[in-house]
Amino acid sequence: MSLANEPGTTSAAVQAVNLVKVYQTGGLPVHAVRGVDLRVDRGEFVAIMGPSGSGKSTLVHMLGGLDSRTSGEIWVDGKRADTLNESGWAILRRQKIGFVFQFFNLVANMTVADNVELPALLGGSSPRHARERREYLLGELGLVDKADASPAQLSGGEQQRVALARALANQPQVLLADEPTGNLDSRNTKDVLRLLGQVHRQGQTIVMVTHDARVAGLADRVVTLLDGMIVDDGAIAPPRRRTKPGAGDVVELRG
Amino acid sequence: MRLSLLALLAKEPAHGYELKQALEQIFGSAYPSPNIGQIYVTLGRLEKDGLVRGVDVEQSNRPNKKVYYCTAAGREALDEWAESPSEGPRVRDEFFMKLVLAPMTGIADRMALINRQRRHYLAIMRDLVEVAEQTDQDNRAAHLLIEGAMLHLQADLDWLERCQEELA
Repeated sequence: MSLANEPGTTSAAVQAVNLVKVYQTGGLPVHAVRGVDLRVDRGEFVAIMGPSGSGKSTLVHMLGGLDSRTSGEIWVDGKRADTLNESGWAILRRQKIGFVFQFFNLVANMTVADNVELPALLGGSSPRHARERREYLLGELGLVDKADASPAQLSGGEQQRVALARALANQPQVLLADEPTGNLDSRNTKDVLRLLGQVHRQGQTIVMVTHDARVAGLADRVVTLLDGMIVDDGAIAPPRRRTKPGAGDVVELRG
Repeated sequence: MRLSLLALLAKEPAHGYELKQALEQIFGSAYPSPNIGQIYVTLGRLEKDGLVRGVDVEQSNRPNKKVYYCTAAGREALDEWAESPSEGPRVRDEFFMKLVLAPMTGIADRMALINRQRRHYLAIMRDLVEVAEQTDQDNRAAHLLIEGAMLHLQADLDWLERCQEELA
């Protein structure tokens, strides 16, 4: 390993070193993640792809401390994190990590607005700043008129967008997401894509498991897992410069 | 291109160059414009099959030009074209041919082929996302074309994933 990849020496937003997860449920052990090395720099948008069962979700759950590792190291913002206990992880997540799940995990007895503001307040934002941030995020996701609703009054797609707003509320060091567009129709996906593109341009680091090619198309880099191992890791070429956009470009691309 | 030319001629008789211009005008820059040679070759074949008839028209100070008409047989061919569904799923995918055949000859490894192709698809997707952002929201046709291209790419990526699971 070169010095630049040495954990802790430079400030990767999040880094996994030879990360392994073996599930031992009943009979045979299941090797979900087998020695993953992944370094995500600040400001990068990394899409994680691969077939179901390839270890994608397990990997991002471990990076956020939501699933324990079997062996290997996890570094968040230059600090070793895999050795933290439950409450250590809880504090780290509150300060540095936003997480969007496939299922939303919103707090049922709080309004949408409070769900979104809570992480910012827990992370130390002033009430005014938390409110402004919430208004911006809900606005971008077309959810302004749902601010006073309770999660149970929302559709699945709306709850998923609220979960994204919540994850971005305290402008976390890194946003970890597991299929955040899985429940959205194409119009709602557009709002989510626009917001992701926007926060990424503002410097948000994003690590996102996705099957959605439109989401992956926003990423700078794609990491592909197969059977718990990285089989491809590389940059996605930046878009061609174009002077006059139009439908003609699309057809040419299909070649 | 055969039936596109035939359809244009069923609308009104025309010579080769007029057909080229009509195609460009109707489909715009999205359409890969055929060269005039291809058009004349196609018209020749259509005439041989009895679907069009070419008539020489004299021009003063210039060589004769040939104006083409759609025949009754051509009309029937068009009806048949309109009534039959258009081409279904691709079974002659060039990448898939490469994926299956190249490793047999030892010139490439499947994993590398799949990974390269995935990055290529995602780069196209990235491009489409940008085109969509820059395209006038009111241009429904252009957006539908982009959306169609994106849906095809999604299917291509899903298929690639299946190939990686099964073959690599």
